[in-house]
Amino acid sequence: MDNFGYLFAAYSVIFAVIFLYVVFIWRREARLEAEVRALEARLRELGQGSRPAPADTSRGRQ
Amino acid sequence: MAAEPSSSNIADSTGASAPAMARLAPWLGVATLALMLASLFMVFEYVPTEAQEGIVQRIFYFHVPCAWVAFAAFGLVAIAGVFYLWLGDQIWDDLGYAAAESGMVFCTLVLITGSLWAKPIWGAWWTWDSRITTTFILWLLYGGYLMLRAMADDTPEVARFGAVVGIVAALDVPVVIVSVRLWRTIHPAVLVTRQGGHGLEDPRMIATLLVATVAFTVMFAWLLMLRFAQLRLRSRMKELRRALALAEASAGDL
Repeated sequence: MDNFGYLFAAYSVIFAVIFLYVVFIWRREARLEAEVRALEARLRELGQGSRPAPADTSRGRQ
Repeated sequence: MAAEPSSSNIADSTGASAPAMARLAPWLGVATLALMLASLFMVFEYVPTEAQEGIVQRIFYFHVPCAWVAFAAFGLVAIAGVFYLWLGDQIWDDLGYAAAESGMVFCTLVLITGSLWAKPIWGAWWTWDSRITTTFILWLLYGGYLMLRAMADDTPEVARFGAVVGIVAALDVPVVIVSVRLWRTIHPAVLVTRQGGHGLEDPRMIATLLVATVAFTVMFAWLLMLRFAQLRLRSRMKELRRALALAEASAGDL
């Protein structure tokens, strides 16, 4: 069983990194969905739809 | 009389593909889980221990699929970049970004698992071997791409620049693949040896590698779909914000 620690570490790292990435995606998705729902509700309140709009220059990606 | 555009019309322009992906994603998640369990069983119970390297050689069965998926992801970034430059459709930029991010996850895993294999086999965590160095350069290139996209203004100009960076960076992928043949290296050439054959003599080793490769490919498709759907949602949110700003301005004028 020489070097079992390295084998264990390799597989642990793989599953830990993928798990963290999935959590990262799901958390962001929940936030985005909430924001989209709020925006849609606000638009419905105003009784307005889409029109040509100026370019969005918000910084970076979420 | 034309119908007044509604918020659902806005959703259609950017988020139409999201419901289909939302339906498919759980199935891909289930398939990933099943294939991963099968792979783990094969790696730890089915495949024989390699005679020279011992138990640590089993890292190889997940290390190689991680590399394959990273290369496929970066290839997809390049393809999406070409289509974005050609058509200018935001969907290609979102796909390229999602693929680059997923590719970085797997490229990072390639470097970490390679290092964990190298320490007991070579006696060093790291060496500037040609394949390892070119893989590290690939990691740096796409790290730069993601930093650019994260920190720069999210404009079509930046997206076009990102597409060019994504295409140019992908040129390193074939260099990584052929590096073990081009330069003197100590990295094992297992799949296709320098003599032209393959280094996996036991059919159980080949079967295990194949199952693990399928598992990682399905997992990549799942992660890509999740992130891509999220980026489509984000594009939809941006359009809604613009529409809301216009609607509020109109309401203020009345």
